[in-house]
This record gives sequence, structure tokens and C-alpha cells, in this order.
Amino acid sequence: MSRIVIGPFNRVEGDLEVTLDVDAGTVRQAYVSAPLYRGFEQILIGRPAEDALAIAPRICGICSVSQSLAVAAVLRAAGNARAAPNGLLLTNIAHAAENIADHLTHFYVFFMPDFAREAYARRPWFESVERRFKATRGTNLRETLPARAGLLQAMGLIAGKWPHSLAFRPAGVTRAIELGEQMRLLALLAAFRDFLEKTLFAAPLEAVIALETGDALENFAEGQGAAGDFAAFLRVAREVRLDQLGRGPGLLMSSGAYLGPNGHQFPSGLYDSAAGAAGPLPFDAIREDVSHAWMRDSAAEPANAETIPDVSREGAYSFAKAPRLAGRAVEVGALARQAVAGHPLIRDLLTRAGASSVFSRVAARLLEIAILTQTAENWARDLRLAEPFCAQDGPARDGPVTGFVEAARGALGHWATFRDGHILRYQIVAPTTWNFSPRDANGAPGPLEFALRGLEVGDEGASSVAVQHIVRSFDPCMVCTAH
Amino acid sequence: MRRAKPFNVLWLQAGGCGGCTMSILERGASGWFEELRGFGVNLLWHPSVSEETGVEARAILSKIERGDLALDALCIEGSILHGPDGSGFFNRLAGTGRSMLDWTRALAPRARYCVAIGSCAAFGGIPAATPDPTDARGLQYLGSDRGGALGADYVSRSGLPVINISGCAPHPGWIMETLLALSLGVFDRADMDSLGRPRLFADHLAHHGCGRNEFYEFKASAERFSERGCLMENLGCKATQAVGDCNQRSWNGGGSCTQAGSTCIACTSPGFETTRGFLQTAKLAGIPIGLPLDMPKAWFVALAALSKSATPRRVRENSRSDRLELPPVPGAKKQR
Repeated sequence: MSRIVIGPFNRVEGDLEVTLDVDAGTVRQAYVSAPLYRGFEQILIGRPAEDALAIAPRICGICSVSQSLAVAAVLRAAGNARAAPNGLLLTNIAHAAENIADHLTHFYVFFMPDFAREAYARRPWFESVERRFKATRGTNLRETLPARAGLLQAMGLIAGKWPHSLAFRPAGVTRAIELGEQMRLLALLAAFRDFLEKTLFAAPLEAVIALETGDALENFAEGQGAAGDFAAFLRVAREVRLDQLGRGPGLLMSSGAYLGPNGHQFPSGLYDSAAGAAGPLPFDAIREDVSHAWMRDSAAEPANAETIPDVSREGAYSFAKAPRLAGRAVEVGALARQAVAGHPLIRDLLTRAGASSVFSRVAARLLEIAILTQTAENWARDLRLAEPFCAQDGPARDGPVTGFVEAARGALGHWATFRDGHILRYQIVAPTTWNFSPRDANGAPGPLEFALRGLEVGDEGASSVAVQHIVRSFDPCMVCTAH
Repeated sequence: MRRAKPFNVLWLQAGGCGGCTMSILERGASGWFEELRGFGVNLLWHPSVSEETGVEARAILSKIERGDLALDALCIEGSILHGPDGSGFFNRLAGTGRSMLDWTRALAPRARYCVAIGSCAAFGGIPAATPDPTDARGLQYLGSDRGGALGADYVSRSGLPVINISGCAPHPGWIMETLLALSLGVFDRADMDSLGRPRLFADHLAHHGCGRNEFYEFKASAERFSERGCLMENLGCKATQAVGDCNQRSWNGGGSCTQAGSTCIACTSPGFETTRGFLQTAKLAGIPIGLPLDMPKAWFVALAALSKSATPRRVRENSRSDRLELPPVPGAKKQR
């Protein structure tokens, strides 16, 4: 048995350390460590309730709107407020812009460059993939980065500054937009759609959204969408067998995404990929385990928990706590969101493979880019400019409340208790806290630790590119993980 | 632009959120990387975008540390976490067994220029907020005191102290224009303010060019968010005290905090994180404690009283509405 430490693990958000115990070329155990702790929960305590709107988003520069919206949800619950429908729509457009930008950055900047590495130099597709996706040099970057910036103009319009905006309120947004601005929103979404339909998908968004089976996806890659970057990924994925790589532990969860006037666009729920069955998500069954975290013992229920570091803890190897749902490790992200929402393509991919994989995680993100762009266009058209964009919100009442949203990377939960308008307790469980959690008291690994176990790395050890694919397929946000 | 030698940049992330990188990725008509290449700027390694990972990345850092690879600009994003007990263990660089505190101190002497990207690296930022759980500091400053990780007297090989591109997050233009000026050798001490911030953005106030300026002039104030009035009197806005050309250049293709109806929290200022009650204006006897920069209190009070009484009806009514109730009509009868 030999022990390999991989780090700095880059092209993820933040920094990550992965330790592998390898025996006879096979990973026997994996240990995932979040090497950064800043103490946001400690910083929030004692402050005026609304200050969470300024502080919590700064946990994360890549998903700051998600953090803002979790705070807004908490304050909405505490103030017994109802958001103005226009406010929800504009919030959703901004949130979708952030999440699409995240998916796009993940695909082009973080994930695909690994297929342009020397390790693949002999593959028949290498030359074209290298030209297109090489890190910092690939031809895609001349198009994708400006397209990303163009999409983020929605943020300029709705929220002013990004990352870290104060435009999102419990009862809406801080500014009503006018007719010209509504048209600008529609125009920039149309320009982004054009980029997607020429470059990423080389096909109409509707054709991507309508894909229902793995077979249809194969046909798409060889036919209608063959010229796109999605098809390039699909061809590589088939040859490298990404559907066999990085199988997750089985349970997928979504806490409900894009709250609109008529409920969530994508519902909350739990999907068991082994059984192929969806059900409700028992939010009350969420617990945090600190047995392998550099954290002091605390209540297991997030509503009552504290986060106080203890770097002398025996057996600890990460600043991340281990969230568990009724004792089980759960995978979150776009794949989970679309599995719970029942998208037929995602359900089919999961049924075929019997579990999540590198392939289905990435495919779900790209599918979601298509769905969200189309949905954001509808939201922009649904605005009723004569009506308010922000309703009246009330002061935070005493007592415990929760706020759940879906960030790009999955379920984000805030548990807060207020007293006299101030924060008494605040706990945050972020998407990658779920996916990259350390072991729990039963020794059960977190989802990434599970997905790496059994991987054949042969003689490559730390330089195994398969490890890179598996880790990055989760699109980890390490700054959120331990915060 | 052709140059004899590339201008080598190393970008590292310490105790931050990665938001400064997200900001810079918006830069450039053909993307950030093309813009860098166009100026002969060579990104030696950046954690979010470079191919090299693990041992390959460590090799680059070691070469720089040994002095075998020239480092023109060391850019660090995020606070330098000193805790617990000075160990820096709250922020290790994965795979190296060393803290970012240690790496920062090892690499900074090699750099021709040392650049703090964002308010965390400049002044400590949000992680340094009470109770400062991780002993977070900027590279050269903690708040407005020179108590940062590299020490009060640190200067890079060029002789310049740390260049503080503050902001949470900073505008991509602030970062890129500073880097380009450094790469062209046209940036020196005179281009920095007393806190090390590039004057290309720090010579302005966030208030300059604010779209709510007419409301400010008349002290026609919003009382709740989403109203169009000035945000200073009631809703915590510090744009009249904070440096930044935020309202002169646009953010994200056309916006700013105040334009969006949200408060300026002075994120370019040292110690902005010490605020309690970001979204409410602290007042004493009804007068805001934080008055516009270099404005005597008595004058402010007198002018505010005068301008309030002179506020046209159009401005007053619009200030309390979420939309334009009364557009300006040239030639209309004057109304108060």
C-alpha cells in the first residue's frame, strides 16, 4: 500500500487536497481535505440580521448570488414576508446567469482542458481537442469568455456589481427595471442563445432540451449537433468511457431551485439512482458529523450547531464537516437537480449506468445550460413592468428559520436563529460540503471519496488523469465547502 | 505589443472567495488570456485556469522560490490567515504541507512587484471581521495599519510596497490596467495613494457620477430599498466616503451598486468589514455619522436643510417611488 497526496488540486474553485491509498494499482481509500477555513459562521454571530446579506455572499466569488438568496430566504422566513413576483423573476434571471456562467466556466476552463493533456496525445481525437480546449490557449476561450461576460451583463443590469451584490432582498430586488432594460435583458439573452446554438451545441436549444435517451444523445453527437463542443465532449466521453468513471454513492438530492410566483422551477426531492425512484426530501433529517473534521463537537442538527475549529482533533483531515441525510452521504448538483425534476435524458442516463458518473454529471450541466437559457427568456418576458419589484419586508422575528436554494453545484442550506433582530446562530451547509465531505463517525466516506474508491490508476499514481476527471466532474467549490 | 522578455505573473489564492478571479475573467474583447498575450504577459500559473496541477504546479512554485524562474508580478487574492497561533494552518497550499502565510513570505522577496488583488489581500477584508477567527491580515496592511503578513517595511524588488487593488470584488479594469501599467514599466509610487491603492481608481469617489446624484443634491432620500432616492441618508450608502470610479465606468457591462439601488458599503476601504448595520445609516441626533469626505458637519447640516426645503416636487416624489412618477418636462411651471 502506498499513500499519494495530490495538491494543489487546481482548476476547481479554491484549493483541494486529495490523498489516495493505492494498492496494486487500485485506489483502496480516498481522503478529501478542504484546506481552508475562514470562519464565516463565527463572523455572522451577533450582527444585525440584515448584515448577513453583506457578509454571507462573500463566502464565495463563484456562487455569491446563491449565498445571497439563501440569506434572503432566511430573512423572508423570519420577517414573514412575501416577495413581489417581479422581484422573484429578476432574481431568477440573475441567479440563472450566475449558474449558467458557472456551468460554462466549469466545462471550458476547468474540466475539458484535462483531455488536452499529454496523457491523451495518442488518441485519434487529441489534435482537435487540444486545439479547442487547451488550458488558457484553446480556441474556445476567445468565444466563451466574451460570451460569459456578455451573459453577466444581466448582472450589471439587475444587480450592478458581481460578484457580491446587495440587490437581492427578502421581498424582491432593489430596483424596478423599465421597458428599455427589459428589452436589453431579452437582447443579451438572445445573443447568448446565439452563442450556444453556434458554438456549444451547434443546434437549437429546443433540440437539446428535447433529448430523452442516451441513444438520442449519441445520434445528436453524430448528427444534428456534430459540429458543437458538446458533441466533442460526447465523442471523447464515449471513447474514454466516462460513464464508467467516478460512480457516486447512489442518493441524489435537490433542495428546490428558482422560486417563482408559482413555486420552484425545479422541485426539491430525493432520487435513488439504484432504485430509479424519486421522493420528497426530508429536510429535517439533515445532520452534520464532525468526527473527521478539524471542528469541535457540536449539536448534529444544523439549527443548533456551532462551528468552532479544533485543529488538534484526533483523526481529523478536513475543515469540512460531513453532512448526512438520515445517516447517508448524498450527492448534489445539476445531475441531482435534473434527476429529481425528472428530465427523461438524465433519468435514462442514470438508469443505464445504475449510478451517477463523470459523464452524467457533465452532461447534466450542459443540458441545464440549455434549459436555463430558454427559461430565463421566459422569465424576462413574464415581467409585469407596471407592478412592484420589491414588496414590504418585516424585521426578523425571534426564533429559528431555514433558507434553502440550489446553487450551480447543488443544495445550499442556511439555518439561522435570530434574537432582537440580531443573529444568535448561523449554520451553512454548502453543495460541496455534501459532495466532498470527509468520513462520518461510521467510517462511511463522502461522495467523492466513494467515487474514487476502486479506481484503477496503474503505475500512474498521482498523475492519473482519471483522478482529475472524477474530482472535477463534481465541479467542487472549495471556498464554500468549509467557509 | 512585442517585448523582448515576457512579463511573468504568478497568481495565488489565499484566504479568499475566488471572486477576484471571477471578476478578471470578464476582461477582454477576446477574453482575458488573449489580452494578456497581446501585452506579452505570461501567466506562470493561476490556480483556476492553468493546466499544471499537483506536482507540476509545485515544480513551478519551487523554481520561483529558488530564483530559477523570474517573477515579475506576484498577485495574491485572499487574506493571509495567520491562525491558529501564528501557524497559518487555517490555509495550507494543498500538497505542499506549507501554509499560504509561509508561501507568501517565501515568494514575495522574489517578486519585482507584489500585488494584492482585492480587499482581503490588501487590508484583511471580510475574514478579518470580528471576531477575526483566523487572524486574517492583508499582505502589508491590517485595516489601515501596516500590520500585514509581509511586514510594514516590505518592498518588492522594484522598491515599491505592496500595490493594493482593493475592492470586494475589484473591478476587472482596476486589476488589468494596473497589471498592464506594471508590465509596461509606467507605474511607480506616485501612481499609488497613501494606502497603496492605484490612483487610477482611487482618485475618485464611488459617488462621482452616481445616477442618483440629483436626489443626493436635494437630500431626497429613499426610505426603503427599491425607491429611487439617494441611499445615503437612511440606507447606509457610503459612496461619498469610499474611493472608486464605480459610477464612472460600468460594472458588468452597465451598472454599479448604487445604480442597482443597493448600498455602497465602501468595499475599497480598509476596515469596511468592521461595519455593524451595513444597510442602515448610523446617525447621531438625526444626522448621519459618516458625512461626505472632507465636508464640514455644520455646512452639511445647513446645506441639507436648505436643499431639502428647495426640493422640486418631481424630485421629492420620484425619490420615494420605485419608478419614475414625474419625468422632467422642459418648460414646465416650477413646482416645489
